[in-house]
Amino acid sequence: MLADQDRIFTNLYGLHSPGLKAAKKRGAWDGTKFLLEMGRDWIIDEMKGSGLRGRGGAGFPTGLKWSFMPKKSDGRPHYLVVNADESEPGTCKDREIMRHDPHLLIEGCMLASFAMGAHACYIYIRGEYVAEKFALQRAVDEAYEARLVGPSNVHDYPFDIYVHHGAGAYICGEETALIESLEGKKGMPRLKPPFPANMGLYGCPTTVNNVESIAVAGTILRRGGAWFAGLGGKNNTGTKLFCVSGHVNKPCNVEEELGITFRELIDKHCGGMRGGWDNLLCSIPGGSSVPLVPAEQIIDAKMDFDTLRNLGSGLGTAAVIVLDRSTDIVGAIARISYFYKHESCGQCTPCREGTGWMWRVLTRMAAGRAQKREIDMLLEVTKQVEGHTICALGDAAAWPIQGLIRHFRPEIEKRIDQYSANPHMDAVPMAAE
Amino acid sequence: MANRRLAPAAEQPQNFAFTSENADWARGQIAKYPEGREASAVIPLLWKAQEQNGGWLPQKAIEAVADQLGMPHIRVLEVASFYTMFALAPVGRFWVQLCGTVPCDCCGAKELKAALQERLGPPGHVTADGNFSWLEVECLGACCNAPMVQINQDYYEDLTPESLNKLLDDLAAGRPVKIGSQIGRVSSEPKDAVNTLTDESLFDGSRVGAWRKRFEQTEGADQGGESVKQDEAASTEARVKDETKPARPSAGRANESNAVDAPAERASAGQIPVKPEDRAQAREAKAPIAQDPAVEEDKALRTEPPQHPATVGAGDDVPEGENPEARADAAGTRPKGLDAPRDDRPDDLTKIKGIGPVNQRRLNDLGVWHYDQVAAWSPTEVAWVSAYLAFPGRIDRENWVGQAADLAGSKG
Repeated sequence: MLADQDRIFTNLYGLHSPGLKAAKKRGAWDGTKFLLEMGRDWIIDEMKGSGLRGRGGAGFPTGLKWSFMPKKSDGRPHYLVVNADESEPGTCKDREIMRHDPHLLIEGCMLASFAMGAHACYIYIRGEYVAEKFALQRAVDEAYEARLVGPSNVHDYPFDIYVHHGAGAYICGEETALIESLEGKKGMPRLKPPFPANMGLYGCPTTVNNVESIAVAGTILRRGGAWFAGLGGKNNTGTKLFCVSGHVNKPCNVEEELGITFRELIDKHCGGMRGGWDNLLCSIPGGSSVPLVPAEQIIDAKMDFDTLRNLGSGLGTAAVIVLDRSTDIVGAIARISYFYKHESCGQCTPCREGTGWMWRVLTRMAAGRAQKREIDMLLEVTKQVEGHTICALGDAAAWPIQGLIRHFRPEIEKRIDQYSANPHMDAVPMAAE
Repeated sequence: MANRRLAPAAEQPQNFAFTSENADWARGQIAKYPEGREASAVIPLLWKAQEQNGGWLPQKAIEAVADQLGMPHIRVLEVASFYTMFALAPVGRFWVQLCGTVPCDCCGAKELKAALQERLGPPGHVTADGNFSWLEVECLGACCNAPMVQINQDYYEDLTPESLNKLLDDLAAGRPVKIGSQIGRVSSEPKDAVNTLTDESLFDGSRVGAWRKRFEQTEGADQGGESVKQDEAASTEARVKDETKPARPSAGRANESNAVDAPAERASAGQIPVKPEDRAQAREAKAPIAQDPAVEEDKALRTEPPQHPATVGAGDDVPEGENPEARADAAGTRPKGLDAPRDDRPDDLTKIKGIGPVNQRRLNDLGVWHYDQVAAWSPTEVAWVSAYLAFPGRIDRENWVGQAADLAGSKG
């Protein structure tokens, strides 16, 4: 188990005050000026050395992302945008940071903005998080009042930070859709290139980072990239907030070292598996967008980016959804399909039409009202959606279905057999080809 | 995509204007964005308008916001119909949004849905007393506290059909209710089993500034990096003493354990307990200069002009410090060599996978010129050459002998 001394989010559960005074005691805003004086290159090098990979799902190295910003401004301002539009099903970690440890986030914003020459930062929080928005705004106000941030502050680096909120669109978690939304438009992803580092918010160089990636920056810089890199494994360094939900005895958020095994994570922190380990059916280890992994493969797997990728899944946001044998697995994946149908922005045809089609077919399959050859047809359609859309929502809609067919095809076939073995009034329908 | 339309004209109010308090608030929001970018404030303003209008957004409010921000009406209507948090038709005094996505769904949201259906009727429909309406929505981001609902602005978590019904009773009767978890959790901690973040020193301020030591030492001593490492090591040791960190299956160990390949095993099978090349390797470690490339490099950097890293400790070079022949003699017997290639036509040994130009030269120095010579090596001779070339085990692994036999065969 990770030592308490090595935990970054020390008020994860809100058992202590989120206020500035208490946050300072826990180590936030400690020597920020000293870190800024170490210079921009030092900060970026230290972040690169820490091996921190973005915590928003894709796992792109954060230090590298920061270094993509132009070194010198060409007259356009630079922006940091923090992606707090946490909507990936299963994920509820950024919420805890914003309501319980907001000062780590605000300090991280200052350090990151300095490293990329930005003087303004927008935090885009999802609209449903009303209480979190107020908590974060309160912390920002405290920071302004203590002159930690603001046009003239104790750190001698003019810096403004604003809290902005959305209004309930999953797609706004995609960085370019988030920028569109922040500009006051519908959240429809943009084509890349140009990348946000060249043309982002208001046409200016912009970096979009996840809340957790930014909030760990202060601690990493203080204790050193080497400290962070020493936790976890090669290429999968550091600590990570895991959100364990579903059929465990005590679902919870917990900060752990990357590379902890699934079994240890559940046994140590979540009170064990509901009904014992034999009751585990499968797990969706990285939020609903990644394919599920069946019990025998996940149970002793290390929870990190590379191991899970090799299992045909992904760490994503480390939102571990645990499903036991009572789960209607086809129905559960059909429910995930409904989610993507609901959240598709409608811009690209394969996604707009495909997500609805896939959901309808899967819903029939969950009841057994399907033909066996439709399984392959469905698989083929997922391949036609995947990779043919502007953003990754098409992929995210396709992967859970591919995972289902890869691991639970016999279950689907069994249902079809059961359905056709019984007399029914209506003929078994067939998807339009 | 959801198909969302404005409420029918009969339900639309005739006009809308922000209250003076909300108008002030709106100006504050617009001021957050650069000049000419007022459109950015459209979502916050619509949200406020919805709040002022009892939880739903009428057409007049959309137009009022558009006028205030200088946007075409259609642009704001697009936004209002795109984002699902804007209710375009009237809702109940308590607007219940039930999270129905998978983590909630598998933890009891289905039962909550049935309970709401039974109590409040079909979704999207306001009850006769005007108190409630409900809708199943997508993930609300409180998955560790599933299942949950959002009522107006507040989250109610860890629900059961009974606690949800009681909650609705209390709201309807105007009794105070508890926001958040309904089973006594503070937030998303494991219920009654918090076993992390218990170290008091995290919260009493005693760790503030402790990290600065790292920088002071770096500045103070020449070998700053090392002292930091030692410091880290010491702190790790101190921590390990009272921190029970169980070993993970793979922590620091080789991927495969060669239990059957142990010296005792071999001895019982009547073989040489320690393989000759392993013995040679063990001897290598005792050589006067440690073969650690980092130390070598460090030394080179400090005493000499910097070398290109590729030239330091490159594999094909003869290791310094000991005569390779003497080391090899300890490992096996030297294969017999020829003084010169037969007919002055040596074979191209680099065709054997694993032998490059450098190794070919060194084999030629030993008098090895032909495939058949390599093919005829005995195990002890292989061990000798392995040790001589400082490639323990590689000749067997890459099967030089077999490769050479094939090549010799194809030549003949």
